[in-house]
Amino acid sequence: MEYFDTLIVILQSTVRVSVPLILAALAGLYSERSGIFDIGLEGKMLAAAFAGGAAAAVTGSALIGLAAAIFVSVCLALVHGFASITQRGNQIVSGVAINFIALGATVILGQAWFRQGGRTPQLTGDARFTTVELPFAAEVADVPILGPIYSNLLSGHFVLTYVAFLLVPFTWWVLYRTRFGLRLRAVGENPGAVDTAGISVPWLRYRAVICCGILCGIAGAYLSMAMTAGFVKGMTAGKGFIALAALIFAKWKPINVMFACLLFGFLDAMSIRMQGNPLPLIGEVPVQFMQALPYILTVILLAGFIGKAVPPRAGGVPYVKER
Amino acid sequence: MTDIAIELRGIDKKFGLVHANKDIDLRVRKGSIHGIIGENGAGKSTLMSILYGFYQADDGEIFVDGRKADIKDPNAAIAAGIGMVHQHFMLVENFTVLENVMLGAEDSQILTSGISRARQELKRLEHEYELEVDPDAIIEELPVGLQQRVEILKALYRGAEILILDEPTGVLTPAEADHLFRILKQLKDQGKTILLITHKLREIMAITDEVSVMRRGEMVATRKTAETSVEELAELMVGRRVLLHVEKGPALPGEVLLSVENLTVRDSRGCDMVKDVSFEVRAGEIVGIAGVAGNGQSELLQAVSGIRRAVNGRVLLKGEPIHVTGKADPSELRHRGLAHVPEDRQHMGLVLSFDESENSILGYHDDPRYLNGAFLDIDAIRADAAEKIEKYDIRPPNPRLKTANFSGGNQQKIVLAREMERDPQVLIIGQPTRGVDVGAIEFIHKRIIEMRDAGKAVLLVSVELDEIRSLSDRVLVMFDGRIVGERAPDTGEGELGLLMAGVENSREAAE
Repeated sequence: MEYFDTLIVILQSTVRVSVPLILAALAGLYSERSGIFDIGLEGKMLAAAFAGGAAAAVTGSALIGLAAAIFVSVCLALVHGFASITQRGNQIVSGVAINFIALGATVILGQAWFRQGGRTPQLTGDARFTTVELPFAAEVADVPILGPIYSNLLSGHFVLTYVAFLLVPFTWWVLYRTRFGLRLRAVGENPGAVDTAGISVPWLRYRAVICCGILCGIAGAYLSMAMTAGFVKGMTAGKGFIALAALIFAKWKPINVMFACLLFGFLDAMSIRMQGNPLPLIGEVPVQFMQALPYILTVILLAGFIGKAVPPRAGGVPYVKER
Repeated sequence: MTDIAIELRGIDKKFGLVHANKDIDLRVRKGSIHGIIGENGAGKSTLMSILYGFYQADDGEIFVDGRKADIKDPNAAIAAGIGMVHQHFMLVENFTVLENVMLGAEDSQILTSGISRARQELKRLEHEYELEVDPDAIIEELPVGLQQRVEILKALYRGAEILILDEPTGVLTPAEADHLFRILKQLKDQGKTILLITHKLREIMAITDEVSVMRRGEMVATRKTAETSVEELAELMVGRRVLLHVEKGPALPGEVLLSVENLTVRDSRGCDMVKDVSFEVRAGEIVGIAGVAGNGQSELLQAVSGIRRAVNGRVLLKGEPIHVTGKADPSELRHRGLAHVPEDRQHMGLVLSFDESENSILGYHDDPRYLNGAFLDIDAIRADAAEKIEKYDIRPPNPRLKTANFSGGNQQKIVLAREMERDPQVLIIGQPTRGVDVGAIEFIHKRIIEMRDAGKAVLLVSVELDEIRSLSDRVLVMFDGRIVGERAPDTGEGELGLLMAGVENSREAAE
């Protein structure tokens, strides 16, 4: 029973830390499936986290905070879109630039506005997202096995958590069952086919980039307004890059993305849990090793175990009508 | 109603300084197959892209069925009943046939209803035009001929009454091309209008009702196909008389320079592509290898030129063995007097992003003539390139120009100049005139004959049977990795064709 409780605790924190990964990876999925590589997920998330934290602190409303987070993230996504779709610039350079801008600007603005060393004020009450108890969670908590799973693992999360997990099947549905999805997948593979079919390539890609911005915005809001109560400088701590790794690991497929993110989240949860708790036989595992595991796993598994991850064929290449 | 399906009046288009289309007029009769012929860069594709709304004309008017049409994007063209099959297929390779056909014509936001309608409609089109394709097949797993069929289906699905085909046979085998022509005739019989763009005179003569000739952005003539000839069209295209038949004296074969014995070559998938092939090439003769693409010719060329490792067999160059089964070194072979003009010049023969002068020494950059100590002697390289440009009439004559900016024919001349000017003993040439225009073909053929007359051994591989027959002194036919026969070059096309198709006793069958 003790091990079971420990497992429940670890899985619970797995879900907690997976949420921003899932949101960011799905964001990347929309963008990259349309042929726009986006390594600026990290930056967009960070900027959104700051905007959300700041707006919620000032207005005292979590919803306004969320709106601000999404707005800022979409703006940055549009900058990336303008650089890579309209101006046909290098998508990697643009993404890196967004990461740097977000990293610097959040701290500078935070210091200028709130004078707390780049933090935003602690969020309290309505300014922060609260957790949701599923019906009967308290009543069934004592049922063995199923009780803890329902009331501790499935219940008691933030609304945004449920949103994130619902977005997974929704994204699958959009991608494979709607016109927008069909065109989105097509434009990432062969924009020429889309163009000659009479569909505007830039407009389609802009819509994909906006989807990416919205999801990054939600991810950022989750970080500063749900998972913690306020923005701390550099609080994304590489989550945007882990999300990218998960996206590649998942071969750009939504359901796979969820499992990849859960796996990486699980490793993260384990590393937190194992701090100061030596493993039997092995002894104490350095935290850095656990933190590096998602990347190591991605490389190893992609190198041989799950086969080649083929990116969208037109990814990273600006579309120019050929002469 | 009028019997003119399309009329273009005064179409004019400039790309920067390039005047791609100059004041073009064109009338296409309804229910006919209308050919548009011209050399590469004559402006055919630009004109068709304007008609399909891919580009905007700077000036001019388009009439469809007698009504003025404002075709400002492909949507407008589709609405006007114009469909286009592009030279490079506009298909999403990892989509199914069905998804590709639907793309852009999905009916509604949610796909379900659209999918079932598309499935039904595809079945109907298949019946009506005998265009069978499995709707659930993935495009990249289909052979090129079928992929093209999907492109045609795409256009028909959108209700195209006028079909534009841009160089449709460039990627097809002769058999696939024949099949395509049968489909086009059928479409014509059903009342569709077809615009066929090509630079191959034979196709024009075989299938079109009328033909318009373009040259340097201008429409120079329109003829009824029945009332013109290959010679006249070639002259109109190039602007001067062209020798379509190569003139050459009898061969004077000397000693054996290249000898291939029991060569077996495997491709990357592990299939034997060349099976136990033996032949000889003597000084002063051209040995042509005929065959439908994919019957082992490419692998044979690669093995002999040291690019691909053979499984078994021996190759002797001037009596000395080449390590074809081990580590053959292409640069060593070059030093030993074997030059190779690869089949795919853009991938194997040239680096397209390099200057012309850099490509003209590719593979020979260790020659002391081009070196200044450890550094390249740029002046010497450019001077050398300028000489070759002059001799091979490469246009534009600028050694500093990026190679990608030369036309196909001129790119091929760059490769030929590089390989031929080294004065090799043995010259191996793959597809010397693929994607090359008529004027340059004549030049290239002349140069190959000159090499022969200078006592070189020439091994020629081409999928163009005409080319094999007019250049070679002996013809070897390859089928399924084997040499299935040797014939004289004046052997009938029918007999060679049957051999190429693997029919044994072709002589009797042809009779």
